[in-house]
Amino acid sequence: MASMGNVLGLIFANMHEENLPELTKARAMASVPFGARYRLVDFPLSSMVNSGMTQVGIITQAKYYSLMDHLGMGSEWDLARKTGGLHILPPYGRSDNGVYRGRLEALAGAAEFIHESGAEYVIMADSNVVANMDFKPIIEFHEKKGADITCVYGRGVYSSERASKFTVLCVDDNDAVYDVLSRPAISGEMNPALNIYVTKREFLENIIRESECRSLYSFETDILQHKLHDFKVFGYKYDGYFEIIDSMKSYYKANQDMMNRDVCHEVFSLDKPIYTKVRDVAPAKYGIDANVKGSLIADGCIIDGTVENSVLFRGVVVGKGAVVRNSIVMQGTVIEEKASFINGIADKDAALTKNRTITGSMDYPVFISKGANV
Amino acid sequence: MNHIKKECVAMLLAGGQGSRLYALTQDMAKPAVPYGGKYRIIDFPLSNCVNSGIDTVGVLTQYQPLVLNEYIGNGQPWGLDRAHGGVHVLPPYETAAGKAWYSGTANAIYQNIGFIDRYSPEYVVILSGDHIYKMDYSKMVDFHKEHEADATIAVLEVPWEEAPRFGIMSANPDGTIYEFAEKPKEPKSNLASMGIYVFTWSKLRKYLIDNENDEGATKDFGKNIIPAMLDNKEKMVAYHFDGYWKDVGTIDSLWEANMDVLDPKVPLDLLDDSWKIYSRNPVMPPHYAGPNSQIQNSMVAEGCEINGMVDFAVLFAGVVIEEGAIVRDSIIMPNTVIKKGAVIEYSIVGENCVIGEGAHIGERPELIEDKSSWGVAVIGHNVNVSDKAVAPPKAMISKDI
Repeated sequence: MASMGNVLGLIFANMHEENLPELTKARAMASVPFGARYRLVDFPLSSMVNSGMTQVGIITQAKYYSLMDHLGMGSEWDLARKTGGLHILPPYGRSDNGVYRGRLEALAGAAEFIHESGAEYVIMADSNVVANMDFKPIIEFHEKKGADITCVYGRGVYSSERASKFTVLCVDDNDAVYDVLSRPAISGEMNPALNIYVTKREFLENIIRESECRSLYSFETDILQHKLHDFKVFGYKYDGYFEIIDSMKSYYKANQDMMNRDVCHEVFSLDKPIYTKVRDVAPAKYGIDANVKGSLIADGCIIDGTVENSVLFRGVVVGKGAVVRNSIVMQGTVIEEKASFINGIADKDAALTKNRTITGSMDYPVFISKGANV
Repeated sequence: MNHIKKECVAMLLAGGQGSRLYALTQDMAKPAVPYGGKYRIIDFPLSNCVNSGIDTVGVLTQYQPLVLNEYIGNGQPWGLDRAHGGVHVLPPYETAAGKAWYSGTANAIYQNIGFIDRYSPEYVVILSGDHIYKMDYSKMVDFHKEHEADATIAVLEVPWEEAPRFGIMSANPDGTIYEFAEKPKEPKSNLASMGIYVFTWSKLRKYLIDNENDEGATKDFGKNIIPAMLDNKEKMVAYHFDGYWKDVGTIDSLWEANMDVLDPKVPLDLLDDSWKIYSRNPVMPPHYAGPNSQIQNSMVAEGCEINGMVDFAVLFAGVVIEEGAIVRDSIIMPNTVIKKGAVIEYSIVGENCVIGEGAHIGERPELIEDKSSWGVAVIGHNVNVSDKAVAPPKAMISKDI
């Protein structure tokens, strides 16, 4: 088998932002906060590192300041390396073609980086899937099948509303992909693609060159769908926990999933940890009237009120008599005395002022935007 | 290698055994002892250095250095992984003249004159890894310069009745020190030395060499260097500090200093962004307060899972409190598991311990008639306490029970 040190990782930081407009207004999909102390990019990035990969490029398109701040030199992921390591690849990196329209154009912008890596394989991933994935068996699968492209998929029951945002794979008994449905109007049990693709580097470079000549830009439509029968495309079924973040509702649900102990221990496994930026804040502080049940709490929180079934990011303050229930509250947000926040998502550095009550529903959580004072 | 001159180099004395912490320092040096939910004691002087603009720090280790060496690593958590300077761990070493352990605080610095000389500093700051405090050393260095001093000693006003426990300075109103007494029975002043010194390097260098050549000397700052400089009428000044400062050299003071982080009246703000205390962070998920948890008046670090009752406690990273367990007025160090129904009161439990179901560690003072038999109970690191075992107050457990 190929050494995992010889596999290049490429993470697309800005794909699928249209599904989460509230949270991606001022940040890339990759830097959407998740699970009390993480950003979505931490999941594919840590998965790559824990799989033994040492070269990762993050392909960005726009709004990448917060992402760059988060990633720094990559030292938290042990990717501050003399050779290889972490590279952030902003647009206009190679030519003045401008901002890419799709995955193929994004890859064209990173063509030189891909070539120079000298890697044997490339694993591409987006930032919209929460999972702690081992890529070693996927490379093994790719080699065993003699595949040109391996697509990783999950299996689950989905509504047509959700399926209309997915790429769905039809896979035969030999794991060959025989049909690729883009944003289908179907519901029920299906195989959504997790937007993780494996190819040989040289194969990918050929695709990039050819697509550039023909002005093709969508990997899913122009390659997977239109060239499905020209290439050997296989599907690798991922059996671990995953959630595709395709709406505020699924974002909310995936955060709530982390309160499930089994899911939490699988995703945040101690021997394959999810790494993230260190903020050097003191541990959480519980006051005399604190009453916290079934919640995930990050460092730096100060809790004097009631918190139930909620996720509190770093430095959240819950005042005396305040109630936070079934909610996600991001870094630095303050729920003041006697205020109540029920079934909601509050972005960073917001404030819910004294005595105010805001209630959403678990299907449609109410949203407080970044820095808002409600 | 070409060394860039540094105005100021800090030397941190971290080799002490901390024997009064007994079981807690059996396999780690005192500066490596966990404190405040996520820190180790050494994070305070190291962070103070970085926040004060001192980027070259020598850490002198000797006793049980493994935990400390691993913890400091390349200094990255404190921003001390520098191209010029940075943090250097300095253990004793062998020379052509023979091998020698560090035989005293002054001898430890003497043996590293070569390290300090590489940076040709004007000033050397001498620190210890025994105290919890936030202090801007750059202000103290400025004070040293303004007074054209040869040595500046940080002092704290202590209650008169406690003065006999400290090294006591007598100073004129202008700050000039005229007398020094180590743990005097009848103190003439209540200005206690905090063990923080700024020296003009050329001066200190000379006194270190003289002290080393004096065969009868004990090679100690308090006993030799400071008195010798005073005798020779070198200019020595007292620098007053009035913030929070706590010695954590005993079980009781370590317990108290941890409880201080829970007391809003204590002026030690660990959440202050302008003077962060950095530490090597464990990679763990946020802590989880379970459906049956009851947590009040406590500090809880990442990676904890709590299903029992926690009141006035400091829980370090990765601590598990199972259902029905009660932890009160106690400190639980990293990755320790408190099994179902166990009760921990007025105790310090070390790292990686397992406290069995229904075990009872420590006791509340109000339930003890003979107050002299009461004290904080201590379970050392890596100890397993079997189900229903009892460790009375003042117990010092370093082996499985």
